[in-house]
Amino acid sequence: MDQILELRHIHYAYHNMEGETPALIDISFSMNKGEFVAIVGPSGCGKSTLLSIISGLIEPEKGLIKINGKYLRESTTNIGYMLQHDQLFEWRTIYNNVILGLEVQHMLSARSKEKAHELLDTYGLKQFENAKPSELSGGMRQRAALVRTLILEPDILLLDEPFSALDYQTRLNVGDDIGQIIRREKKTAILVTHDLSEAISLADRVIILTDRPATILQTLPLKFDLEKDTPLNRRNAPEFKTYFNLIWKELNTNE
Amino acid sequence: MSELSAGQRHFLSQQKRHRRIVSVSRVLILLSFLFIWEFTANVGIIDSFIFSSPSKIALCFWGMLMDKSIFLHIGVTLYETILSFILVIAISILMAVALWFSPKLSEILDPYLVVLNSLPKSALAPLLIVWLGANTTTIIVAGMSVAVFGSILNLYTSFTTVDPEKIKLIYTLHGSKYHALTKVVIPSSIPSIISTMKVNIGLCLVGVIIGEFLAARNGLGYLIIYASQTFS
Repeated sequence: MDQILELRHIHYAYHNMEGETPALIDISFSMNKGEFVAIVGPSGCGKSTLLSIISGLIEPEKGLIKINGKYLRESTTNIGYMLQHDQLFEWRTIYNNVILGLEVQHMLSARSKEKAHELLDTYGLKQFENAKPSELSGGMRQRAALVRTLILEPDILLLDEPFSALDYQTRLNVGDDIGQIIRREKKTAILVTHDLSEAISLADRVIILTDRPATILQTLPLKFDLEKDTPLNRRNAPEFKTYFNLIWKELNTNE
Repeated sequence: MSELSAGQRHFLSQQKRHRRIVSVSRVLILLSFLFIWEFTANVGIIDSFIFSSPSKIALCFWGMLMDKSIFLHIGVTLYETILSFILVIAISILMAVALWFSPKLSEILDPYLVVLNSLPKSALAPLLIVWLGANTTTIIVAGMSVAVFGSILNLYTSFTTVDPEKIKLIYTLHGSKYHALTKVVIPSSIPSIISTMKVNIGLCLVGVIIGEFLAARNGLGYLIIYASQTFS
């Protein structure tokens, strides 16, 4: 199998004048190309910190990260990061929001602009190209944010609770929607969430973290015997409940 | 346009009535103020030598219009105000950007900015004359000195209160700090830049008039001082 991401013995701590707060202790795991991993754990356990480290926004204190066999610093692999809120800029139209990453990376060309239009069309946002973000529903906005990430053709997608700001019904739909898009595009993805059912419905593998300072408690591969393996179908499968209870117990016995 | 429903028509006429009441009241307040002023001055309830009266002011203004001297004074003051306003905007945006780029610099300079901002600028004006001479430069600097420090502080504050998640987004798109500035910080600070500009144009006018009190041969400030000394 093609290994795309490898984390070895990652440590991280927050510092302030009162002292130091360890956030991550000895986190090691690896991922194969096209794999979808969910990381679950209690709120505030350092899940988002882990994503920030993988994306290179912050440096780990100890440990190393390799992407496609290269150290993170030297790696040219594109990493896409979807934040908790869509962060679409109100002073830009949807189209201009989507091309923000291209602008920043000086990749605006006739071809990439064409692609932006195509992607917006594919994801049902064509008629909103010139709309302001506030005119869109929460689910549409999250889709636009996904297009903004996908247009940079990331090899690894990091999702930081991207559905948590949505209401429950939208959340199921958007989760289903975006889950299928990621599968179709064969992206490698890491989803961070505290919503167990979301993790189970989307991922191939769940990594369970302990409370802060976070260490890996367990890694649980998910297998569903489904004809059409979509997030919504998974929620109705008999395995769903089993996995849910398993992870639930795992999280609670370690409180 | 399709036929309006009775409810919509009622709403529209209510709105129209509301707007009419507002504008009529505004004019009425001004007119009654002028009327009371004129009336009390004429009857002798207030001393028209000290308080003047609308008719006297109008006559004086008319006279200055006729000999065209008013245009010179207004023109000079306007020119000085606008020039100092433009300089204030340019300097304060540049300074705020520099402070935003370097948190260290902003922490070092913060107490100085606060102190400079709270200096009584009108007391500084005589010093400016000594330093720069009794000329237009002094007046423009006086105009700037009133506005520039507060403007820097306001802009910098609005720069730093930009949603950090929006800045994080730029970094996740592999942008630099420069991109964070041009794509997020400046656009999202436009409302506060505009409101700072609105305050500044007034402050610059105040500063310029203070400057003209002391160091001018023309301009509205000169006119005020001249008139108050000759009791005209």
